[in-house]
Amino acid sequence: MVDFGGWDMPINYGSQIEEHHAVRQNAGVFDVSHMTVVDIAGAGARDYLRQLLANDVDRIDPGRALYTGMLNDNGGVIDDLIVYKQDNGYRLVVNCATRETDLDWMEKQAGGFAVDIHERPELAMLAIQGPKAREILAELLSGARAEAVSSLKIFAFAQDGDWMIARTGYTGEDGVEIMLPNADAVTLWGQLLAAGVAPIGLGARDTLRLEAGLNLYGNDMDNTITPWEANMGWTVMLNDREFIGRQPLLNQQKNGHGEQVGLILEGKGVLRAHQKVLLANGEEGEITSGTFSPTLGKSIALARLPAGATGKVDVEIRNKRQVAQVVKPPFVRNGEVVYKEL
Amino acid sequence: MSEIPAELRYAASHEWAKVEGGVATVGISDHAQDAMGDLVYVELPEVGQVVAAGDETGVVESVKAASDIYSPVSGEIVEINEALEDEPELVNNVPYEGGWLFKVQLTDEGELDNLLTADQYQAQIDSE
Repeated sequence: MVDFGGWDMPINYGSQIEEHHAVRQNAGVFDVSHMTVVDIAGAGARDYLRQLLANDVDRIDPGRALYTGMLNDNGGVIDDLIVYKQDNGYRLVVNCATRETDLDWMEKQAGGFAVDIHERPELAMLAIQGPKAREILAELLSGARAEAVSSLKIFAFAQDGDWMIARTGYTGEDGVEIMLPNADAVTLWGQLLAAGVAPIGLGARDTLRLEAGLNLYGNDMDNTITPWEANMGWTVMLNDREFIGRQPLLNQQKNGHGEQVGLILEGKGVLRAHQKVLLANGEEGEITSGTFSPTLGKSIALARLPAGATGKVDVEIRNKRQVAQVVKPPFVRNGEVVYKEL
Repeated sequence: MSEIPAELRYAASHEWAKVEGGVATVGISDHAQDAMGDLVYVELPEVGQVVAAGDETGVVESVKAASDIYSPVSGEIVEINEALEDEPELVNNVPYEGGWLFKVQLTDEGELDNLLTADQYQAQIDSE
């Protein structure tokens, strides 16, 4: 057990590598109730979020979700989050470690908008992920909930009573995330385990998301890093609206910036955050997240390098240089190795 | 409960040593491997390297972290467990047998008295 932003969370329930494979090959369940759920209501919600977030909520219809960064005045990422567009309002799921910063910033930016920002700490959240996840879960549910699990499209969600079921996740596999009352979560957790779904700890959550090329806030980006530098350019919607951080992003686009790429270690050893990366031309970069990839059987990493880095680079591991290949993440999606060498 | 064989000696840094004919076989304890989680890489010293007790002589890396290995005794490295290059999980599965790390030709068997007995090591774990 570790203290994770005030929550006691298990690194692993048994073998971390077996938990990882369970999600890639079958199904696993994560208790992600530490995530912060915030509802945004009121007549000004749309205008407020169009200014607050780098992506544009107008791009989606009700029943759809959008991944985005919430930026500061310098274009740095205060947090990354998913926004769900409901019939009457919006729901945001933000990180636990940044909860207070996020809520303070959201309150501060709400001036002049008719919005109500309402945290939902009474909701638990379970992520059920893996190629068999939806099939197994649908069997345990009935009615509209079973139907939602079976038929939701990617990044779509449905609400039924106190439950919100979304076809989203942080593993690179198919699956859903469910926000539901605490008592229901306990019951569902027990049913899932009885149905052969493996409980998954924070350790495998990290190796799965890294293989999937998904960022971890605080490692791969923070409030000094812009979306351009964190492979999040696709989450920025530059249109005719103003949003916080827009001008610095435009400036950086013009002036150039570092890039986030993937690395695969050629030899043995394990890439870790903060190791130095040395390019053939003498320039340097840094690993932002590194681990051993159970799927590839090699060490992989996300790294921030000067723009245009390709081919082989050296990584300094305990004062020795080791060769790594620069790749375009993700490394693994839907059980398949998918990275491309750069 | 982790296994702590009574016949071995232990370092506070969680290595074990077993001495036979002036040679100490060194590994990490069951408690240590359990705390590390699934090991994916083991870096060992070179055969012929001369080490003093407490010297850093390798690294074990699990999925989640890297941890230094210190030789519990002084002497010359005479053998390393090459099987760990392809099967680091031996350290998890059989920490006191096939998961040994390296062997040291002892310069001073008296040094063993500086190491913990199984009971003392158990007491240390209990107090952590």
